[in-house]
Amino acid sequence: MKKLMLGNEAVARGLYEAGCRIASAYPGTPSTEITETLAKYDEVYAEWAPNEKVAMEVALGASIAGARSFCAMKHVGLNVAADPLYTAGYTGVTGGMVVAVADDPGMHSSQNEQDSRHHAIASKVLMVEPSDSAECKEFAKKAYDLSEKFDCPVLLRLSTRVSHSQSAVELCDRVEKDLIPYEKNIDKYVMMPAKAIKRHPIVEDKLKAAAEFAETSDLNRVEMGDTKIGVITAGICYEYAKQALGDKASFLKLGMINPMPTKLIKDFAAKCDKVYVIEELDGIIESHCKNIGVDVVGKEVFGYIGEISQTIVSEKILGVKPEFDTFAETVPVRPPVMCAGCPHRGLFYCLKKLGVTVSGDIGCYTLGATAPLGAMDSTICMGASISALHGFNKARGAESEKTSVAVIGDSTFMHSGMTSLVNVAYNATNSTVIILDNSITGMTGHQQNPTTGKNLKGDPAAAVNLVDLCHAIGIKSVRVVDPYHMAETEAVIKEELAKDEPSVIISRRPCALLKYVKHNPPLKVDNDKCVGCKQCLKIGCPAISMHDGKSVIDHTQCVGCGICTEMCKLGAIV
Amino acid sequence: METKSIMIVGVGGQGSLLASRLIGNVLLQQGYDVKVSEVHGMSQRGGSVVTYVKYGDKVYSPVVEKGEADIIISFETLEAARYVPFLKKGGHIVLSTQQIDPMPVITGAATYPENIVDKLKGMGIDVIAVDALKIAEECGNAKASNVVLMGVVSTKMPFDEACWNKAVEECVPAKFLDLNKKAFAMGRQA
Repeated sequence: MKKLMLGNEAVARGLYEAGCRIASAYPGTPSTEITETLAKYDEVYAEWAPNEKVAMEVALGASIAGARSFCAMKHVGLNVAADPLYTAGYTGVTGGMVVAVADDPGMHSSQNEQDSRHHAIASKVLMVEPSDSAECKEFAKKAYDLSEKFDCPVLLRLSTRVSHSQSAVELCDRVEKDLIPYEKNIDKYVMMPAKAIKRHPIVEDKLKAAAEFAETSDLNRVEMGDTKIGVITAGICYEYAKQALGDKASFLKLGMINPMPTKLIKDFAAKCDKVYVIEELDGIIESHCKNIGVDVVGKEVFGYIGEISQTIVSEKILGVKPEFDTFAETVPVRPPVMCAGCPHRGLFYCLKKLGVTVSGDIGCYTLGATAPLGAMDSTICMGASISALHGFNKARGAESEKTSVAVIGDSTFMHSGMTSLVNVAYNATNSTVIILDNSITGMTGHQQNPTTGKNLKGDPAAAVNLVDLCHAIGIKSVRVVDPYHMAETEAVIKEELAKDEPSVIISRRPCALLKYVKHNPPLKVDNDKCVGCKQCLKIGCPAISMHDGKSVIDHTQCVGCGICTEMCKLGAIV
Repeated sequence: METKSIMIVGVGGQGSLLASRLIGNVLLQQGYDVKVSEVHGMSQRGGSVVTYVKYGDKVYSPVVEKGEADIIISFETLEAARYVPFLKKGGHIVLSTQQIDPMPVITGAATYPENIVDKLKGMGIDVIAVDALKIAEECGNAKASNVVLMGVVSTKMPFDEACWNKAVEECVPAKFLDLNKKAFAMGRQA
């Protein structure tokens, strides 16, 4: 049976069919749907971990216990999980271990566009890269075989266009893999210096054997067409190049990215007049080709930035440009915005009004940086808001402590904000930290987290009590506010900023998009009272606009949160 | 058969994912090779969103580029103007006349162009403009405007109504099936 599946769903299907038993992940676009799909298969235990490092360690532990295991993350998540990964390269595995990592060329939903292939090379583990959903399923299965054959975790590299494109997949049955009997093996799994020293040569031997395997593996494939142009490529770029060049070129499609073959590449290049390497982000394949003495053209033509496409391949190789007409007038941009009824809006309006410096973090609330709220000064990575505020305040002193805050979501706080808050308490700055508790992991599409009281399957789970946790960390002043009540919220922020001690404000109100959240009827503008002062536009609600000198509320978007009512001094919004 | 390209554009939250899945389901029923490319994450939050559907004997790139789209389906008028460079010469636009001001228009930093439909027609483009939101509200739920527009689109594609109905049944949650069946039927008549 053929089914249209997202690349991510197909990865999950492949893991399922291969007998995966244990999966742990932290959500991150574009990787999230793998774990959400896995959770629907009863034979697989799947969980949301607090962060990617935890997920990787869970997967490694399950592998040591003899199960086929899995963890997933986005590219920046692999940085968080890099510590266990690099040593897992040394220990190897018992049950097969597959790690999906989804890169985001073009930064559709990310803070950088790093190339995760560097991690494969640096951690000395194998990496495979599919280019459509059918391959996502096949490569996930093959990754388990490789993992067990070479005693090594295998990275499955995805990218946004592979993860989030649907194409046809042939479904097969699951093949159960029994737990491999557990045997204590301290030489393999206790990585203290004396043991690790002995593992390193084994790692190098494994990589040599895997490189030899790559010469003949069906993961790599040659498709001969016209030999004037040769293309060495992988992943989504294969699809772009095939559409652009068809049989005007010959292709070496690499499915195995680390280690790469040598003879296969040399033999292919020898048959072609001119060889291009087409790859997004960094020149990983290109560098390998040049290292083995194969003359290729790559980054000098295609560059390092953003996504490649069939158009770019056509232009750069064939010199063909697309023809199209453009709308004659300027089309206003439409950037993403906080949703109508978003609980973060009221809080950010207060921060803007107070003119404080805001150390931001990763989540929907990063949109607080955009007009008209514009209440954010920095955003770096998960958890950095609190630690960066501590550093900022240490550098600028007491005055800064009275005029700066950190904002961080509930899920991000559990991910890596907790340790930063420990640092604030332990190393003593009078920092004010605001936890935006919307009772869900919002940006990635509503995943449960350790504060929500539910697990990945939606079943009841232990819930972290944020107030108690902050107290236990050593923060004495912990306040809870409802950001729909702006006057109260503003007053509490002022009070906490003024205190000569570190404090936490929990801004608590569930995400307006959650199914269980009851909405009020849409609000209306009383045209007799509205004078067109535009005060209500200052909160940046997408449901409010100005037409013919009066405010208009879009009833299809408005959820009746009442923030605009609080803004209107004339009582024109009811 | 040469690969055909459809673009579905709109504002995050308007339901373009369901629309693309409906078309994808119909095309798979016809035996085509199909690719559907979606947008998730940050850009979904009220931003300009675009979904690609491509079909043919063998589809490679899941992405539609400038000058490649046979049909652009737009859930919002301004978005049709934004993505018109993606239309192939002789391509069609099916759009909903719903207008949603983007934030730069709300804040007064930009203005929403007037008479977009007429201007698109003036470019020599075949434009079908329908008030899908109004029709959806007549069906009982503004959120069904995506399915209304798919009803309109279905009349421009050479596939049986039965295939579309099957796709609606397979893609829409049971709870909303009656609403969406009605929305689809009203779209076909619009």
